[in-house]
Amino acid sequence: MSNLQNTTHIEVKNLSFSRSDRAIFRDLSLRVERGKVTAIMGPSGTGKTTLLKLIGGQLQPESGEILVDELNVHQLNRKWLFHLRARMGMLFQSGALFTDMSVFDNVAFPLRVHTDLDAALIRDLVLMKLNAVGLRGAEKLMPSELSGGMARRAALARAIALDPDILMYDEPFAGQDPIAMGVLINLISRLNRALGHTSIIVSHDIDETLSIADYVYLLADGRVLAEGTPQELIQMEDPQVRQFLDGEPDGPVPFHYPAPDYRQQLLGGDR
Amino acid sequence: MIERLQRIGRNTLDRLAATGRAGQMLVQSLIAPPEPTTMLPLLVKQLHFVGVLSLVIILVSGLFIGMVLGLQGYTILVDYGSEQAVGQMVALSLVRELAPVVTALLFAGRAGSAVTAEIGLMKATEQLASYEMIGVDPLRRIIAPRLWAGFISLPILTMIFSVVGIWGGSLVAVDWLGIYSGSFWANMQASVDFSTDVLNGIIKSLVFGFVVIWIAVFQGYDAVPTSEGISKATTRTVVYSSLAVLGLDFILTAMMFGEI
Amino acid sequence: MRMRSLEIGVGGLILAGAVSLITLAINVSGLSFSDSTGGYNIYARFENVGGLTERAKVSLSGVQIGEVTAIRIDTRMLMADVEMRIFDEVDYLSKDSSAQILTAGLLGEKYIGITPGFEEETLAEGSRIEDTQSALVLEELIGKFLFNKVSE
Repeated sequence: MSNLQNTTHIEVKNLSFSRSDRAIFRDLSLRVERGKVTAIMGPSGTGKTTLLKLIGGQLQPESGEILVDELNVHQLNRKWLFHLRARMGMLFQSGALFTDMSVFDNVAFPLRVHTDLDAALIRDLVLMKLNAVGLRGAEKLMPSELSGGMARRAALARAIALDPDILMYDEPFAGQDPIAMGVLINLISRLNRALGHTSIIVSHDIDETLSIADYVYLLADGRVLAEGTPQELIQMEDPQVRQFLDGEPDGPVPFHYPAPDYRQQLLGGDR
Repeated sequence: MIERLQRIGRNTLDRLAATGRAGQMLVQSLIAPPEPTTMLPLLVKQLHFVGVLSLVIILVSGLFIGMVLGLQGYTILVDYGSEQAVGQMVALSLVRELAPVVTALLFAGRAGSAVTAEIGLMKATEQLASYEMIGVDPLRRIIAPRLWAGFISLPILTMIFSVVGIWGGSLVAVDWLGIYSGSFWANMQASVDFSTDVLNGIIKSLVFGFVVIWIAVFQGYDAVPTSEGISKATTRTVVYSSLAVLGLDFILTAMMFGEI
Repeated sequence: MRMRSLEIGVGGLILAGAVSLITLAINVSGLSFSDSTGGYNIYARFENVGGLTERAKVSLSGVQIGEVTAIRIDTRMLMADVEMRIFDEVDYLSKDSSAQILTAGLLGEKYIGITPGFEEETLAEGSRIEDTQSALVLEELIGKFLFNKVSE
């Protein structure tokens, strides 16, 4: 099934997707290389999370296809999709731990669903995963008792429970304090190097993402605006790219929401 | 004027679309045969959450409604010299109407809104999406147990309500107001028919249970995943459930008792 | 551990439901299991059964000796034909007994009262009571009263 010589792990081909009459992706094409950390960046609302859901088969595209190891995700039957999902781990923006189970049971959940391993083996695996993220001592806590950063790490432990080939991170750095952010950056790159899986990070935090990405796609208006290694990207001169990377308040994405002429509105009296 | 009509049209279409989604959700949740080893613990947990935790309000309400019925019934019937009929009045009112309807309304308020809020919150915190990404169908794991728990617990709660209410009525009529216990129960037994009264009441509660839990679950599942969306969804659960119960009650009553 | 207390709670709920159902069946609706303990059927025709229903009591001197099992229309004589089942032990009703439809209390239910006769022969399966008195219908009563008043 998987062709290890092919460096392309995931390929998105001419993907189009809209939601309530708004086109989110228009003929989008990109490639994710095996074993590397690929970042997908762009302004808010460009549908970055939607892309992850499309790759995971949760949403159906209108046209185009997504190939994982040359298998078309949306043409798989239920059984194959089930097995494919065992090869993918996803870290949601809010952590998304199951609130009615303990941390231990959360991490054990994918193992119990996809494998027939006995309880002792599952226990060992769960403790190992929790140890990798530094939460082995928190196994008995309930999600409501964790801080935001800890919840995210626990969710990461759950995402790597089955040692997936693909790890997807949805805005992992959003709203984290500097320490938690540092922990996460460290974990993501260490896990990637140690376990050799393919990582996709969706984010708009420039410094953090560029510091660990091997390849970056910058999305805007539903298609790829720019792509390259972080070094290549920093040197690009396209004004839209520059505005995003430098954090300029005004530029191709305007500061002012469309409004009538300022002078007229102030001096022309109330309407 | 045209915009008004457009808005009404759009609203109607939205409601129809929502009903369609609700039906789809129902079918997809229930269609596959449940797997006993995983489903049973989930079902037990939901039966507890939805049924057992509603017991207190059902018991208290049933008791008070039964007692009030006994009291009011006595004061009216004593003018006709027919106070021994209090027993059958209390029993028939409860078993035919009050138990199914009031239990369903209380259930919608307590359990229905709790279920809506819980599922809405799971949607907002992306737990439902997590289940999908791990390869577990949230409709079968989260939604289906709650549906079954609702179908099963509402009839049980209704019967408990009836019994507690009748007991409350007997407390007031026999122990307090001094009606002869023998005639209280004998008159009741003579006039309450198991198949027309008790069974019809249970059938009503089955219908109400189905409708209330379906609405509760769907509103949570379909809610806008924000705090405002969830609060609106819980309000809708209570309002729609109540209207549905009262409307269905009329239809069922007309069908069951209308010929008498 | 927590799971166990949940299970106990749910078991209690289901048990309470079952008990309620049985209570409703027996204590509230008087569902009796003696329905199939036999008995013999007798018949009586009435001009007007008033509000008599099936399962109404059939009593002798106020003591229940059976119940009404069916109320039909006799198409030949165009009267109501009531079928009653009398308990087997009550085998001493004479053939010339009379049946009367009575009311229990002012708002009470209709029941059939049997007054025994003097003949030796007793009623048996399929017997018919000839001497019957219909229910008192309020309108007829008022009519009779007015008629009497007028003729005074």
